[in-house]
Parts: sequence; structure tokens; C-alpha cells
Amino acid sequence: MQLSTKHLLGIKDLTPQDISLILSTATQFKEVLQRPVKKVPSLREVTIVNLFYENSTRTRISFELAEKRLSADTVNFTVSGSSAAKGETLLDTVNNILSMKVDMVVMRHSASGAPHFLAKHIPAAIVNAGDGINEHPTQALLDAFSIQEKLGTLQGKKVVLIGDIMHSRVALSNIYLLKKMGAEVMVAGPPTLIPKYISEALNVRVEYNLKKALQWCDVANVLRIQLERQNQVLFSSLREYNLAYGVSKKLLEEVGREIVIMHPGPINRGVEIDSDVADSNQSIILQQVENGVAVRMAVLYLLAGNKN
Amino acid sequence: MKKILSHSELQSQVDKLAGLLLQNHPNITDVVLIGIQQGGVMLADDIVAALKKLQPGLPLHYGQLDITFYRDDIRKEILAPDVMHIPFSIEDKKVILIDDVLFTGRTIKAALDALIDLGRPEKIELCVLVDRKEHRQFPIQADYTGVTIETNRSEKIKLIKDPAGNKHVVLLSE
Repeated sequence: MQLSTKHLLGIKDLTPQDISLILSTATQFKEVLQRPVKKVPSLREVTIVNLFYENSTRTRISFELAEKRLSADTVNFTVSGSSAAKGETLLDTVNNILSMKVDMVVMRHSASGAPHFLAKHIPAAIVNAGDGINEHPTQALLDAFSIQEKLGTLQGKKVVLIGDIMHSRVALSNIYLLKKMGAEVMVAGPPTLIPKYISEALNVRVEYNLKKALQWCDVANVLRIQLERQNQVLFSSLREYNLAYGVSKKLLEEVGREIVIMHPGPINRGVEIDSDVADSNQSIILQQVENGVAVRMAVLYLLAGNKN
Repeated sequence: MKKILSHSELQSQVDKLAGLLLQNHPNITDVVLIGIQQGGVMLADDIVAALKKLQPGLPLHYGQLDITFYRDDIRKEILAPDVMHIPFSIEDKKVILIDDVLFTGRTIKAALDALIDLGRPEKIELCVLVDRKEHRQFPIQADYTGVTIETNRSEKIKLIKDPAGNKHVVLLSE
């Protein structure tokens, strides 16, 4: 019983068996997280470095908690105030850290492929915590875990990803994972935020009308509008985006179907999702955050002893 | 594959262990029974059934403990966790830990670690079906033992179920 890969660089490299193994292991870790002592000694002899070259709150805290709940030793590295700011290369930084006997590296980087590059050059197991516009595998795994928890299975479920598909690593990882596990996937949003040939390339449905998309789906995963990227003028204004693609209570009432609402966070309230939807009973946004720790524990646990 | 205990021999050992438990704990409802996944749970299921036969109508507290995350060999081999189901508090309770085979003692050490993370029991006793005494690596011994068997280090002893659902204890030689 082990993963087919030494690193978790993306969902693209995982088999459906790998995904099932991670999700079932996460179920057991979720049980651990309900106990008075939310900690097991599994990774007591493992040292993990969290290399965050890009801002993050929940992913970094979630990984750090997962590591601590597994009793691993952890080191945190943030680029501001580090030697990277002095011009040190990524490989030099990591090699220096590894000289201090580190077993695993959790890495977030703004450059797509940065963890893949590292995996080719260093012996430690690498977990991709988000690379540029490529993948965010643990987010997709926790999304899948949350859907499975809510609906019982992924097989045959209809999931729509709404918003900035073009720049979203969450979307790409989710598409790979959901397709591998037998779910039907649709992407919805303005044409300027949806890659032109995505339907042919990834075998997903495309819908530019939000209401139609919501009428089709069991689950709506609403993605964040990346305000930091809005100097590219891909839609006219946040207000207009909200009118056309914001998930509102009124719209959900018009659709008239019970839909599970998800969001990888952080939320721009009143832009891609309205507060009364985000905080409603249909929303599992906070369960996603809770499940993130269990899923990351499963990933770290399964990679720590992997001989591949 | 050598059969050590046939189904009927196993059943009489189960009855013997259930009798010993009752003898030591006449008020068995004060006690918490916990089987260790997976062999220990197979045995504990039978012990619980035997106890219910001996004292019908008595409520029993019975749970299943998985120790996968408490093993000390994760870097050598990753094992898939099994189901953990302890739907009651073990705080200040007398716990009887049940396993099929007592071998090196490492599984029991892990089980004790896991139990103590769930609460602080008043006392923990150990009940095993087969004791492979000469291979102990930790100073652990059972309070209730079915049979003690001499074996080679490389051999394995397992409680198995045949397709008809009958349980046997077998010795697997490598």
C-alpha cells in the first residue's frame, strides 16, 4: 500500500488508486482531529520545511497544523527577510536547508513548475502547495474529500467551477482530479477567463451563462477573482462581474435546486459570491478548511514512508 | 499453513477467556472491552458474543482500536489505517485490551500509546489468544492468555476466517 509517486507535484501524476488512498487515509485522520488529543506520533522522526515564496494564510497554517498533528519537526521559510531577497537561487536556498537534514519540502511558488524543478535536483520528497497557474493538488484533494463527505461519492456527480479558470491552479487540479474519479466537470465564467480550447484539451463542458451552469450541477465551486491580476482588464469592472457571474441568493432561488456551494478562499464577498450564500447552510466552505488539515496529514503521512 | 487451533478449539479458548474475564470482573458492565484491529477485533467479537451468552441482557462497552498511526516503523512500511470506533469515554475506566497474538509487544506498546491519547483509564489489562512468549522485545505480558506457543522468529501466526465464516488460528512458515 503506497502512492505511485515519491512527490506530490500535481494531480496530473496521480492514479485514481492514489487519490482513493489519500482520501480514505484522510478519513481516519479526520477522526484523529475530533479527539481531545489531536495528535499522533506517526512522523516523529521526520523534519519538514515549509517554503513559501508566495503569500498564503490558510494553506501555510493548514500544512503547519497537519505537520504538528503528525508530530513532525517543522521549519518555516518565508521569502521576505530571507536570503532569497538577497539574490540566492532557489536551488541554493533549498540545498542549504537540506544540509540541515530535512526530509520533506512543502513548497509554494509563483512560478509554475518550480516544485517540479526542485524534485529533479534534490532527494527530499516535495509537496506542491501551489505553483503559479499550474496546480494546487492538496486543495483539489480537500475539495474532493469535502464533496465525498457531503454527497457520498464523486462518481457521476456534476461539478461546475466558476470564475477565473484561466489563472486558477485550483481549477486545473480540480479538473484533473474530478475527471479521474468519474465526476462530470463544467467550467463557467466570462469567455476572457476561460482558456479557448479547454473543452477539447481537458474534456470538460464550457458554459458562459451562470444560471444554466447552476441548473446543471450538483456542486458549484466558486473561484476567487484574483484582484491582484485585474490590471489585465479581462472584464470591465468588479460590479459588472458580480452582476453576471456572482453567485447570489436570488440566483440560487431562481435555479430552485439544492446545490452544494464551495470556495477555496479567500473570499471576495460581494464579488464572486455574496455573503448570504457563503454563510448559508448550502455552503461547505468552512468544512473545506477543516478537511484541509486531515487531507494534508494523509498526504504527508503517505509520502513520508514512500520508497518509490 | 499449519492449523494450530481449529474452529471448535478456538471457540473453547474464547469461552475460557470470557469466563476468566467474568471471574475477575463480576460486574462486567464497569469494564470497557477494546479489540485491536484487525485480528484482535475478530477475537473480541467472539469474546463479546460469549460474554453476552454467559450474562444475557447485560450492556457491554465494546470498541475497536486502530494503531496504525502509533506504529514506530512508518519509514519502513506504510500501512493503511483501519476503522477506529470507540464511541464512549475511557476516562477512569477499567480497559481490557484484546488482541489475537502477542508477539514482540510492539503492537501493544502502540495500543497503549493510542489509548492514553484517548483518555486516562484507571487500569488497562491485556487479553490475548496466542502468546509467542520467547520473541518479546518489550516488557509486556498478558493478564489473560489462551495458549502459549513456541515458534520460530520468521513464522507468522494469524487468526483467519474461511469462506464459510469459521475462524481458525494458523501458523504460516516462511
